[in-house]
Amino acid sequence: MPGPAPDERMRPEGRRNSQGIRVDPEAEVTHEPRQAVLSALVKHRPGVLAEISGLFSRRQFNIESLTVGPTVDEDTARMTILIEEPEPGIDQAKKQLQKLVPVISVTELEPEAVRRELALIKVGGEKPDDVNAVAEMYGGQAVDAATDSVTVEVTGSKPKIDAAVEAFKQFDVQEVVRTGAAALERGADTLEKHD
Amino acid sequence: MSERASVPKEDQTETEQDDDREPITTGAQSVIRALENAGTDYVFGVQGGAIMPVYDALYDSDITHVTMAHEQGASHAADAYGVVTGDPGVCFATSGPGATNLVTGIADASMDSDPMIALTGQVPTDFVGNDAFQETDTVGITQPITKESYFAGDSDTVGDNVSEAFALAASGRQGPTLVDLPKDVTQGETDREPMAPTTPDTYDVPEEADDTDVQEAVEALADAERPVILAGGGVIKADASPALREFATEYEIPVITTMPGIGSFPEDHELSLEWAGMHGTGYANLAITNTDCMLAIGTRFDDRLTGGVDSFAPDAEIIHVDIDPAEISKNIYADYPLIGDAKMVLRQLYDAMPRAPDADEWRERCQDWKSEYPMTYEMPDDEPLKPQYIVETFSEVTDDDTIVCTGVGQHQMWASQFWEFTEPRTWVSSHGLGTMGYGAPAAIGAKLAAPDQEVVCFDGDGSFLMTVQELIVAVREQLDITYVVLNNEAVGMVRQWQDGFYEGRRMASEYPWIPQFDKLAEAFGARGFRLEDEADVEDTIQAAREYDGPAVIDAIIDPAENVFPMVPSGGDNGLFALEESHLEML
Ligand SMILES: Cc1ncc(C[n+]2csc(CCOP(=O)(O)OP(=O)(O)O)c2C)c(N)n1
Repeated sequence: MPGPAPDERMRPEGRRNSQGIRVDPEAEVTHEPRQAVLSALVKHRPGVLAEISGLFSRRQFNIESLTVGPTVDEDTARMTILIEEPEPGIDQAKKQLQKLVPVISVTELEPEAVRRELALIKVGGEKPDDVNAVAEMYGGQAVDAATDSVTVEVTGSKPKIDAAVEAFKQFDVQEVVRTGAAALERGADTLEKHD
Repeated sequence: MSERASVPKEDQTETEQDDDREPITTGAQSVIRALENAGTDYVFGVQGGAIMPVYDALYDSDITHVTMAHEQGASHAADAYGVVTGDPGVCFATSGPGATNLVTGIADASMDSDPMIALTGQVPTDFVGNDAFQETDTVGITQPITKESYFAGDSDTVGDNVSEAFALAASGRQGPTLVDLPKDVTQGETDREPMAPTTPDTYDVPEEADDTDVQEAVEALADAERPVILAGGGVIKADASPALREFATEYEIPVITTMPGIGSFPEDHELSLEWAGMHGTGYANLAITNTDCMLAIGTRFDDRLTGGVDSFAPDAEIIHVDIDPAEISKNIYADYPLIGDAKMVLRQLYDAMPRAPDADEWRERCQDWKSEYPMTYEMPDDEPLKPQYIVETFSEVTDDDTIVCTGVGQHQMWASQFWEFTEPRTWVSSHGLGTMGYGAPAAIGAKLAAPDQEVVCFDGDGSFLMTVQELIVAVREQLDITYVVLNNEAVGMVRQWQDGFYEGRRMASEYPWIPQFDKLAEAFGARGFRLEDEADVEDTIQAAREYDGPAVIDAIIDPAENVFPMVPSGGDNGLFALEESHLEML
C-alpha cells in the first residue's frame, strides 16, 4: 500500500471556524448575528422586487423587512432591507445585492440612521375617546372611524410601533398592517454620493 | 460539417454603413442582427411555435444553426462552445417546454461561469400571464441561474436586449444570460439597428487590483515557507494560463489546480501537483492541508474542493484573486483579497514580488509526496478491463490540444485523474452542477468550436443514456468525435457511495438492462466498437480515432473498480482515503 495511512500523515495545528476564518486552536470564535440596514438604489422596472427577494431567499439570508418605493427619479426605486446575520453574512448580502444587474448601488446605513415604519391598527369602536388618547401617546391619529371600528395610524421606530400595538390590545385589535422600515442616513450624505 | 459563417471575426463590430445587408424590418431580424454583430457563428437549438419568427429571420443569415435532438443538448453544446472559444455559445428554444428543457444547461453554465446566451420564444405579450398554450414564466424560472434574464417587451429594443445580454455573458465573471422573446415582439415591425454589444451601465468590471493590496500580498507570499498556488477555472476564463506559468516558474511555487482549473497549468511540469479536492491527487491535498500561504486565483472554494472548511488549509494565509468581489471570503476567509482580472493581477503580482520564497525544503516535500502517493491502479491479468488504463492509453496517443469532454460520475474522475492535461480549454466537464448527460452534447459544441482539434468524450453508461439522442447530431454534421463509454452497468459513483457509506445497499444504482452502445451507435449511423480485452485497447482506440465521423466505443469495464483517492464529503483533505478500508478509519 502506498504512502502512510491517514492517521500517520503530516498535519498542521490550525483550523478554521464554520465561516472559513482561521482561529486559534484553543479558542472558539464565531460571529454573533447583528442587525444591519441595507439601502439599495435599483432600476425601477418590473421584476426587480422578485429578483431581489429571490436572492435573499435562495441564499438563506435572514430577512426582517423589505420596503420599496419610487425616488424623485422615476427610473429609480429605493429599497430598505433589514437583515439579521453574522458579520460575514452581512458582507455577502451586500456583495450579492451589488452583483444584480438592476442594482445601482448598495450601502449599509449607520446604526443612527433615521428609521421609520408605519402601522395601521384597526380596533373595536366602543371607546373612541380612549383609543384617541392612546394614539396621541404614540404621536398617532385616528384616520377612519365607523360605529364599530376605529383605524389608527402610527409611525416611528420599530420598538415604538411594537409598544403601540401592544397598548392597543386593550381595545380588541381586529387588524394590523405594518410597512417594515424605511431608512435614510442622517446629515447631508445620500446614497448617490456614497459609492 | 456545415459551412462556417462567412463573416470573419474582425468584422464583427463594423457598423451598418459599410455592409450590404438587408435593412431590418422586424424584431426577429434585429435579434439575428444583434447576434451577427456580436460575432456569432453557430446557434444550437430546436424549433417551435413561439420562436418561429426568429428562426425565419435566421433563414437569411450566415449564422449556422445546429438542430439538436433535445433543448438540454442545445444548452450543453452552447456551453461547451463557450468554454472552448471563450465567447458566449448561443442556444435557442421555443416557449414552455422548450425553455424548461434549457434550464439544466443554463444552471450548469451558471455554476461554472461559462459564457452563454439563451434565447427563448414566449407567447404573445397579450397572452402572458394567462397560462396560454406553452407558456411558462421563463424569466422567473431562470432568474436565479443567469447573470440576467431579460423579458423583451418591445420590437424596437429587442435587438438591444440581445446585444446587452451577449456583452454581459462575455464580460467580467462570465456566465449565462437569457432573453425571452414574445412572439408579437419578434413579429412586430421595426427598422431599428440593434446597439453595439455593451454591458448595462450598472455593471462594473474591476480590472487591476489595488496596488497597496498587491504589495501586502506579495510580502506575505515571499515570506512563506510552504507556499502554493491554487489555480481555478477563473484562470482559464481570464486567459491567464501563460501569466500563471510565468509567475509560478519564476518564483518556483508549486501549483495545484481545482477541477475546473485543469489545463490552466501543465500537469507534466515539475511544479504541478495536479488537482485537489474530493478525488484529487494525494499530493495536492497534502500540500493544501500543509501550506502556510496560498495564492488562490479564480476559484470559488467549492465544497468538493475544500472538504470541511474547518480543515481546509488551516495554517495558511489566503491571498484570493477574483474578479467577483462576492467570492471573497464567501466560503474561505481571504487575508489578502485582490479584486481584479486574473491576468492583470498576475502581472501586478509578478512585478511586485520582492523575491522568491525560500521554500526548497517544501518543494522537496511536495515531490516526496508525489512518490509516496502516486496516481496508480492495479491491473491483475485475470480481471476485467480497468477504466484508468483506457484513459491513460488514450492520453498517450493524442496531441496536447486534444479536447476531453465527460459526463458526470466515476468516469469523469478517471478522465480527470489519468489524462495528462497541459493546455487550457481542453477540459470540458460539468463541475459545479455535476450534470449527467453533459458529455454527448458538449462534445458536439466543442468540436464545432475547435474543428481542427481532436475531441474525445469519456462518458458513463448512465450519463450517456441521458443525452444519447444527440449522437444523431454528430452523425448529421459528420463530427469527428470519439465517444468512450466506460460501461460498468451501473450509476457507478452512486454505487461507490452506497458501498462506502450505506452498507452496500445498492438501491437503484445497478443498470443490468443497459443497451449495447456499439449497436446503438450504429443505429444512429455512427461507428460502434465493443471493447472488452486489455489487449485490444490500443487498437480499438486507434480504429475509432481513424474513423472519420462519430465513433462510440462501448468499453466493458470492471464493475468493481472505484475512484480513489477520496475525501469523504465534508472531510479533511489531508485525510484522503486510498482504498475502501481507509474510509472506515475516517
Ligand atoms: C442529472 C443527474 N442525475 C443524477 C445525478 C446523481 N449522480 C451523480 S454521479 C451518478 C452516477 C453516474 O453514472 P454513470 O454516468 O454511469 O457514470 P459512472 O459513475 O458509472 O462512471 C449519479 C446518478 C447527477 N449527477 N446528475
